[in-house]
Amino acid sequence: MSNENSNLYHDQIVLHLVQFAVVWAILAMTAGVYISAELVWPTIDFGQFWLSFGRLRPLHTNGIIFGFGVSALMATGFYSVQRTSHVPLFMPRLAWFCCYAWQLIVLLGGLSLLAGWTTSKEYAELEWPFDIAIAIVWVCFGVVFFGTIANRKIRPIYISNWFYGALIIVIAMLHIVNSLAIPVTIGKSYSLYAGAQDAVVQWWYGHNAVGFLLTGGFLGMMYYFLPKHAGRPIWSYRLSVVAFWAFTYSYIWAGPHHLHYSAIPEWVLSLAMVMSVILLAPSWATMINGIMTVSSASEKLKTDPALKFIVLSLAFYGLATFEGPMMAFPSVNVVSHFTDWTIGHVHSGALGWNAMITYGTFYYMVPRLVGGELYSVRLANIHFWMALAGTMLYIMAMWGAGVSQGLLWLSVDEIGELSFSFKDIMSSMAPFYGLRLIAGLIFLGGTMLMAYNLYKTIAGKSAIKVQVPAVDPAFGVSS
Amino acid sequence: MSALSLHKKIEENTGLLIFGILLVSSIGGLVQILPMLGHDAMEEATANTRVYSAVELTGRDIYIREGCSVCHSQQIRPLIAEVERYGPYSRAGEFVYDRPFLWGSKRTGPDLHRVGGKFSDDWHRIHLVDPRAVVETSIMPGYPWLAKRDAIQAGKASKKLRALSRLGHPYTEEEIASADADLEGLKEIDALIAYLQMLGTGLSEDVSI
Ligand code: HEC
Ligand code: HEM
Repeated sequence: MSNENSNLYHDQIVLHLVQFAVVWAILAMTAGVYISAELVWPTIDFGQFWLSFGRLRPLHTNGIIFGFGVSALMATGFYSVQRTSHVPLFMPRLAWFCCYAWQLIVLLGGLSLLAGWTTSKEYAELEWPFDIAIAIVWVCFGVVFFGTIANRKIRPIYISNWFYGALIIVIAMLHIVNSLAIPVTIGKSYSLYAGAQDAVVQWWYGHNAVGFLLTGGFLGMMYYFLPKHAGRPIWSYRLSVVAFWAFTYSYIWAGPHHLHYSAIPEWVLSLAMVMSVILLAPSWATMINGIMTVSSASEKLKTDPALKFIVLSLAFYGLATFEGPMMAFPSVNVVSHFTDWTIGHVHSGALGWNAMITYGTFYYMVPRLVGGELYSVRLANIHFWMALAGTMLYIMAMWGAGVSQGLLWLSVDEIGELSFSFKDIMSSMAPFYGLRLIAGLIFLGGTMLMAYNLYKTIAGKSAIKVQVPAVDPAFGVSS
Repeated sequence: MSALSLHKKIEENTGLLIFGILLVSSIGGLVQILPMLGHDAMEEATANTRVYSAVELTGRDIYIREGCSVCHSQQIRPLIAEVERYGPYSRAGEFVYDRPFLWGSKRTGPDLHRVGGKFSDDWHRIHLVDPRAVVETSIMPGYPWLAKRDAIQAGKASKKLRALSRLGHPYTEEEIASADADLEGLKEIDALIAYLQMLGTGLSEDVSI
């Protein structure tokens, strides 16, 4: 490699990962819309096993989390780690391997779910051959990421990198421990843990996969792109440091709140509840830090769709991280658990926080990557309103459905007889499921607008060559 | 060294940062999970809890394959309304042979932990193929293919039993040897129904809540 080349950021890989992320978003959300429709019209699987709700639902969750989510995190992680370290990626070929190997895992993994290969453990459904492949690619991701940081020309490691770093380390730990199993055939294995033990391990994984991937990873995105785009330094660096360690420490404890009133020791559940409430503090500290950072750039907020998406996503982040601890209280959980309330909670985070902050970041990053302007700011603004409307409608429909399910299931009359049959309650859900379907269509429609807008923005261009800037010796590593 | 200068060290050293994250994030899991893994849960099995027969295990794996657990929980909470609706609440000792656990997180359909014996085999056979034939407004999917495929196709039972016995499930050599023959002539739906009918039968008969 010539000397000149080694001084350029590796941005083509970022552009590729963005494109993959958008494709997975559309496919996985289409699956989401389809299963929403199946709950309204249960016969639209046409007797085909691969269209059956039980198989498409994991396809939706895995496609979104691992296809869209992880591709977006790799893209933004690679983009920001180079710029905060002032060096190109470490081992760029390994980075390309991560990019394509990951896409292959998502593609084949998705097909294997349709074929019925599944462990049934939520967000860990993929069977053991994929678990091994995921572990390998994940370690490579870590090598590229931490290698780049180790090579950096800036002395402090910027805060966004800690969150991406925690994502890589903690997910590796969770994934390996939770996936331990004895293989029987290529598509079937038995968990090393059984019954209540398996439940605790799984929800330690499930809760923290959400915590360190969908929350922590995307906070990394926020910590780089929000200050960058607002043109302001992060409001309080010290607050972000404290919030990071508090978040990393306390999140891990909260998993068993998924198992209230189940056959799990009482002390585990009480600890999980207390920790879930404590978690509110670092979560909101981070949100406040973000909002204060943009507050002095409010002019830009009125005109720039990318920034609007990012700021709105923080609001939904605040909502979801408030609702979560509330749902960890046994008195609330007794109503919300097993109902559509949980689904609404998941999607206020998923649509409002994860999808929106990614959209904002892509609208910011893609024009810069190809050295042009966004094809249409107007379309992006329309997308913004569709995303907001879709998310709000989704959440409201699920609150309606979930709270009625929760209360009606528990309702007993004076002599202790159940007031309503399960079937009557089930039948009364139809309007809510219909509304959710509409909400999903609106949200998916907005995502397709973005895909078109980004496609036109890229229009056959490649990533432009960006020179690594010279380092101010005051901040640089002495070499 | 003040907290701030300690932190300055961490934020300038990649290795320390990795170590710090690993340390801080593993504490919660160690405290919660290790004590639970530390003891042998199988010793705490409830009175009538037993290992799954080859046919039931095949049925259970079909239940997993079809994703029944995304709509059905198997975890009855100790609440009046739940016990009233579904039966005695779930005990940890009933799940000791469940790999993986199938407690679920969403009740689009009713809890199934005590569904065993609630309906006849024939009812299940009609319901599984076309739920709307028995429950007019049902939003459960139909599973017509289960009635057509041979149970053997769902995977070699002897290999499965062998794997589980390595994990400590008390299968006899005869049970393992005859496992494949036990599936002879059965359809997938028969195995699934055998599993559904034994669900929740692990408590001793005198437990009523
Ligand atoms: C889309 C969600 C969904 C999926 C997936 C699903 N079910 Fe259901 N199930 C329901 C609903 C809703 C009901 C209640 C209406 C009815 O009885 O059909 C139900 C009812 C049942 C009942 C009757 C329970 C009772 O006490 O009345 C059984 C048994 C059952 N399902 C078994 C299964 C099995 C086995 C599978 C997997 C092969 C499965 N279900 C998959 C939604 C689902
Ligand atoms: C078009 C947008 C979307 C639609 C229509 C949609 C629809 C659905 C539906 C119908 C379910 C199953 C609910 C049930 O079992 O009753 C579901 C579950 C889920 N979805 Fe989505 N979804 C969308 C977007 C997303 C996004 C963007 C994410 C993540 C970033 C996401 C993550 C999840 C998760 C994690 C679950 C499982 C929830 C649980 O088990 O508690 N979804 N979705």
